[in-house]
Amino acid sequence: MNFKPETLTRIDEVITHYPDLRSGTLPLLHLIQEDVGHISDESIEWIAEKLELEPINVLEVVTFYPMFRRKPIGRRHIKVCRTLPCALAGGYRTCGKFESEFNTRLGEVSLDGEVTVEFVECLASCGTAPVVLIDEVLHENVDEAKAKTISDQIKAEATKGA
Amino acid sequence: MTAPAERRIIFKHIDEEGYSNDIACYQKHGGYEVLKKSVAQKPEELRDEVKKSGIRGRGGAGFPCGLKWSFVDRKSGKPIYLVVNADESEPGTFKDRYIIHQDPHQLIEGTIISCFANDVKQAYIYIRGEFPEGARILEEAIQEARDAGFVGKNICGTDYSCDIFVHRGAGAYICGEETGLIESLEGKRANPRIKPPYFPAVLGLYQCPTIVNNVETLCHVKHILDMGADAFLKIGSPNNTGTRIFCVSGQVQKPGYYEYACGEITMGQLLNDVCGGPLPGRTFKAVIPGGSSAKILRFGEKFTIKNKDGTTKEWAVEDIPLDFDSLAAAGTMGGSGGVIVMDDSVNMVEALANINAFYAHESCGQCTPCREGSLWMKKISTRMVHGEAREEDGELIKNVADQIAGRTICAFGEACSWPTQSFVAKFGDEFKTYKDDKNSKPSDSLELV
Ligand SMILES: Cc1cc2nc3c(=O)[nH]c(=O)nc-3n(C[C@H](O)[C@H](O)[C@H](O)COP(=O)(O)O)c2cc1C
Ligand code: SF4
Ligand code: FES
Repeated sequence: MNFKPETLTRIDEVITHYPDLRSGTLPLLHLIQEDVGHISDESIEWIAEKLELEPINVLEVVTFYPMFRRKPIGRRHIKVCRTLPCALAGGYRTCGKFESEFNTRLGEVSLDGEVTVEFVECLASCGTAPVVLIDEVLHENVDEAKAKTISDQIKAEATKGA
Repeated sequence: MTAPAERRIIFKHIDEEGYSNDIACYQKHGGYEVLKKSVAQKPEELRDEVKKSGIRGRGGAGFPCGLKWSFVDRKSGKPIYLVVNADESEPGTFKDRYIIHQDPHQLIEGTIISCFANDVKQAYIYIRGEFPEGARILEEAIQEARDAGFVGKNICGTDYSCDIFVHRGAGAYICGEETGLIESLEGKRANPRIKPPYFPAVLGLYQCPTIVNNVETLCHVKHILDMGADAFLKIGSPNNTGTRIFCVSGQVQKPGYYEYACGEITMGQLLNDVCGGPLPGRTFKAVIPGGSSAKILRFGEKFTIKNKDGTTKEWAVEDIPLDFDSLAAAGTMGGSGGVIVMDDSVNMVEALANINAFYAHESCGQCTPCREGSLWMKKISTRMVHGEAREEDGELIKNVADQIAGRTICAFGEACSWPTQSFVAKFGDEFKTYKDDKNSKPSDSLELV
């Protein structure tokens, strides 16, 4: 597997945190997903061998936890909180705005490959609802107007990058 | 009636101008002094002090922390582990986030003191996957503490050594349940374990004795040992000691986090005086007082409460003092401190449908009543919202809930049933008339599901 050298270094370090190799499953999945973007069959086999497990032990973890994905996503990952406090503040509208701005549907990669919009459950920031986690950054009080501003920024960055 | 002043102990430095999350700032404000003092004492003295303080867990169940520690099997010869529950996944709860981001060393100090008090040599902080920045901040803070001799080898120059590692979850609510969390930390699906025999204090992480405590609880430990149990006992009331952080969300003027001595403030004071009351032109309709699984309270309902001397008194929702025992007396719970407010613009069928979608998504799937029941509750309430409500649906959905609670491996069974049971009990009429209500709603009204 072609992981980045720093990924391999971090994998070897994180394994030392636990008395049992199997505990490395979630940390390794995170590191590899950050490196490659998703979890492929090959990655599953690689992790299983590294942790002296069967591939099914790794696959069953991947399918249990919503954050791990088997397929690539868009360049930016937009996670809109769906749960009650956010919904009471208009979270469904916020989500709809992102979908229409990028002409995409929940869980799919937008046609231009730019974004994947998803609904997620409570992000533990309900006091500043509605909230949206974009890649690793939390955005608070995201009403439709703010969703539009954020979308415009993402689009502008995409044009610059291209 | 105006509200008393906030009493910030845990959140003392949250949002404070000029306060940063590095170790220099923490130490400038007296940080790690309690640790230095504690490692000079005997572990059992510290445990006694925590027990005497009466502090109850802030993660949800409100179990006395000192009592939990006393259950730890200290004779097994196996290592004892401590796991910090930083999963913060109960909807409506957002307090641990601010401790982790803005005052991580407070948590680290509380954790290491608790480790020393329990002869723990290795601790893990289990942090939810959706806190990537929080995980990074904690890792950096732990490294700073290691470099300063407060974590790792020979803490404060003594022969006591203990390390802390951060372990990230990956988006599953059930990892907040302590035995699910332990399974997840072992690298598996977070399927909760059956108790008995798997009480963490005896057979926890790697089948070793394990303590699982919430972030806020462990921060409290530091302050208890700082001020002493006697002083701590004076905050709040007997059996409800210390302060609580209330996370207020939903339809109020000023949502946010507020710290008060337990029971010092009533629901009415919190929502009207502290949070500025309902939004313009609205009135309060309902409130969920302790995270989304706590039973809902309906404004206008009355509670008959027994006094200690045998007489009774009557409370409205606004009169309930916010502490564990008073909320339990009103038939609900203080839970995680997440207070979710709904006003008269909200239809209860739709609010419940939102909550049911959450639990259906999060059931781990091990127990048939929970796996199937949570899905059926979601299916029925979603069907209602999407135009096919029947008059008997409220009863039907409550019937499903009644068959889950008490019949499952973990308390998720109760957590997913209580919303349905309490919504239908208190707003049954809205379930009966939903079809007509929906047709008369303005088309631009909020979507909740
Ligand atoms: C379904 C479920 C979810 C839970 N989620 C959390 C959580 O996110 N954070 C937390 O601290 N405790 C959570 N708990 C409670 C834990 O199981 C455990 O009681 C708690 O971490 C103990 O800490 P404490 O004694 O300090 O409160 C949850 C419990 C259940 C049943
Ligand atoms: S009650 Fe639900 S969440 Fe808990 S173990 Fe059973 S199926 Fe899993
Ligand atoms: S409900 Fe959206 S952050 Fe909690």
